[in-house]
Amino acid sequence: MERDGAIIEVEVSLPISQRAKEVKKNGRLVELIFKTSLGFWAIFLGVVFPISAFFILAKESWLSIKRFGFGFITGTVWDPVALVFGGLPAIYGTLLITFLAVLIATPVSIGISIFITELVPKWLKPIVTGAVELLAAIPSIIYGMCGFFVFVPFVAKHVEPFLIENFSRLPVIGFVFNGIPSGIDAFTTSIVLSVMIIPFMASVTKDSFNMVPSIVKESAYGLGATKWEVMRKVVIPYTASGIAGGLILAIGRALGETMAVTFLAGNNPQIPKSLFEPLTTITVALANQFTEADTDLYLSSLYYLAIILFVISFLVLVTAKLMVLRLEKQWKVKQI
Amino acid sequence: MEGKADIRKRAIIRRRIISRVFLTISTLTAIYGIFWLFWILSDLFINGFRYIHIGLLMEDMNPAGVKGGGLRHAFVGHLIITSIATVMGVTVGVFAGIFFAEYGRDSRFIQALRNVTDIMVSTPSIVMGALVYAVLVKPVGHFISLGGSIALALIMMPVIAITTDEMLKLVPGMMREAAYALGAYKWQIIIKVTLRAAKVGILTGVILGIARITGETAPLLFTSFNNNFLETNILKPMASLTVTVFQFVMGPYDYWHEQAWAASLILTMGVLILSIIAKIIINGVSFTVPFALISRSLFFIRKFRKEE
Amino acid sequence: MVDAVKRIMNEEKGTVLKNASGEKIRVSNLNFYFANKKIHALKNINMSIYENKVSAIIGPSGCGKTTLLRCFNRMHDLYPGNKYEGEIIFDGVNIISKEMDYIELRSRIGMVFQKPTPFPMSIFDNVAFGLKLMGVNNGTELRDRVERALKNAALWEEVHDRLGGSAFSLSGGQQQRLCIARAIAVEPEVLLFDEPTSALDPISTSKVEELIAELKSKVTIVIVTHNMQQAARIADFTAFMYLGEIIEFDKTEKIFTNPSHMLTEQYITGRFG
Repeated sequence: MERDGAIIEVEVSLPISQRAKEVKKNGRLVELIFKTSLGFWAIFLGVVFPISAFFILAKESWLSIKRFGFGFITGTVWDPVALVFGGLPAIYGTLLITFLAVLIATPVSIGISIFITELVPKWLKPIVTGAVELLAAIPSIIYGMCGFFVFVPFVAKHVEPFLIENFSRLPVIGFVFNGIPSGIDAFTTSIVLSVMIIPFMASVTKDSFNMVPSIVKESAYGLGATKWEVMRKVVIPYTASGIAGGLILAIGRALGETMAVTFLAGNNPQIPKSLFEPLTTITVALANQFTEADTDLYLSSLYYLAIILFVISFLVLVTAKLMVLRLEKQWKVKQI
Repeated sequence: MEGKADIRKRAIIRRRIISRVFLTISTLTAIYGIFWLFWILSDLFINGFRYIHIGLLMEDMNPAGVKGGGLRHAFVGHLIITSIATVMGVTVGVFAGIFFAEYGRDSRFIQALRNVTDIMVSTPSIVMGALVYAVLVKPVGHFISLGGSIALALIMMPVIAITTDEMLKLVPGMMREAAYALGAYKWQIIIKVTLRAAKVGILTGVILGIARITGETAPLLFTSFNNNFLETNILKPMASLTVTVFQFVMGPYDYWHEQAWAASLILTMGVLILSIIAKIIINGVSFTVPFALISRSLFFIRKFRKEE
Repeated sequence: MVDAVKRIMNEEKGTVLKNASGEKIRVSNLNFYFANKKIHALKNINMSIYENKVSAIIGPSGCGKTTLLRCFNRMHDLYPGNKYEGEIIFDGVNIISKEMDYIELRSRIGMVFQKPTPFPMSIFDNVAFGLKLMGVNNGTELRDRVERALKNAALWEEVHDRLGGSAFSLSGGQQQRLCIARAIAVEPEVLLFDEPTSALDPISTSKVEELIAELKSKVTIVIVTHNMQQAARIADFTAFMYLGEIIEFDKTEKIFTNPSHMLTEQYITGRFG
């Protein structure tokens, strides 16, 4: 390789450091403009947006709040004609299906995460992971439609009669299984809703499992533990914060789900007395009645429901965030 | 007489069995999860595929009850609404994301803002619709498609802000330091170096954001509402695929149901393709495998069912 | 082939150094703290960097050598909670004072990092990056300077036919030489090297060391290295640091053959690392 032995210098009109000075004068101003323009939007998203959302909802619901006060939360009568609005059926419905959906989704998500992290053969891993993630991408109206046209008739014909017949006579809990096997009820809604939140829970749980250092698992194996014992006694306790965070995140999602629930829950403005009765939720009430609200009080009551939903899901999500942050502090090192 | 060793052996066998049982259950849950995906996709294909015809895209809706017609008004409307929403959502989202990642790493306040933004990602989408209704639709006096775009944009902004922030955080610090060492200002480094390094990741976040809002229905229900006719004026109510599907499913006509299936199939395929593209960009080609397998088995199922 | 070296006078500062015996940078009573004074990282550092010489800073991990190096171009300013005390006089100005424009400083004191850090752009754009910041926009001048920098970094032969290609297509050793080219393109007066060969294979390492030996006739070089033999090979002066203090600073030969301080001798002979 041929190269010059000496360093090459060049004579130029103006030394570089001199020209640098001239460029620098503008640079500082641009820096300020750049930073403030970006910061404006960050403040908008992080402060202005959530706070004004709350206030707008509060303003719209004020009429109803003034009229019904906190009694709205316990009121069971929702009568747009008589202008009496009680939010309990909707609130109860929201909480009920969320609870049931999470009840089903939690063990399933943990099972899926165990499968993906410990059991799956290597070639199958991207397929399974991809499939679970695609479940999250499917729009909720599709879940609603498939649920409504296919799942509901199937369940109404084959599953619910069986359950009603065999379980409704049980002492104490039998009443849960009463009802008409229509398929439009808490039972189907919760099942479909659980499928919708499984990808979120499974994703967080799987990531938490992957963060457990192999040395920890190997120590357990070294003591003669079976695979299940390692998962149950070492990995799951280790990642408890992460799992809880994922769970609460799933709750947040389930609370706000609208379209699937609208198709499957029915539109019954009463508290369901069993798993097989139609019900209503806050999101269903909003979706179905918003455009029909013909009086100010009616609309305001719907907003009252909306702000309750907003506050509940915000609090749930804040809790999830705090738990996940605590887990991250344990594992991650702050990057520059 | 059983010795200690025998007792231990039996205990180990029992523990092994328990382990096998639970791990099998775990495998079953995975099958359960994948089964749902197959079931939904095969439903869409079986019920929707035969009703897909070019008329869906070319013709507008027929008067209610009159068979035939298409969904051009819904496709066009959906495209317009989501495009405008994307422009708004991506701009604000990327700007905010850059600020969180580049100017906010050392500030507790700005990290708190970022966390609040993360929370807004999962806020119920119907609440966004209610917000825009109060702020825009009520004062204007009628439904307005721009309102739908704004509602969708409000959903998109936090999503993109967070993914942009995450992608920028992946750029190695030493690369930034090298740029500083040459005497660059922060804004020069962000534009010339950091954004370039993260641009693929940010693009992927944008694609996923678009996929997400394309499938949304609730925020549109009382903002852009619906329209049985083709409308391109964003100050008027406009049809969208999702709301039209809602309308058709809830309606009494069989041909409406058929068209709903077809439209849902197209919508779902669009959203899934976007998601898969995003995953391929980030992860490489291994993600085409599930798609290939799924579509292969779906055609098999369809063929099988048709022969029934 | 150009033999003569022309020194460009900096008229504002008014100092011109013709031969190499002058002090380029003088460090006086430098103290440095991390995390809002909770960690006292550099204690009363006093040393001189001589023009057109290679000065090495050696010492065991954690002794503060990189911390000291990063004071010279005020890299610590990037992170909050860092505090300088004392003086670093460069060209008559205390560069760690608030009045010093650190952006201008970095165009006169450049840095090459531990790992190659090419920017996500073409080879040409990488080298031109600093030049464009300085306001060099003329296409011909840019090309000339880029070519010169690549030649001076012993990389021109290998890349001259693919200047438009991505910098990531180069090997590790080539990438590091690219970073060196990028740093010298803006003609700094001082060049700081932070363990520049620790991520490189032996052949690339010796190429970079050769480069440093040649560059010193044009720039003053300060190099931090955890490899004693490297310091012995290429440095004119060596500073030995331990626990945030300079234990000994002298000509390299003296440090390695007849150190004054016991700690230095123990480190040189490998008693601790």
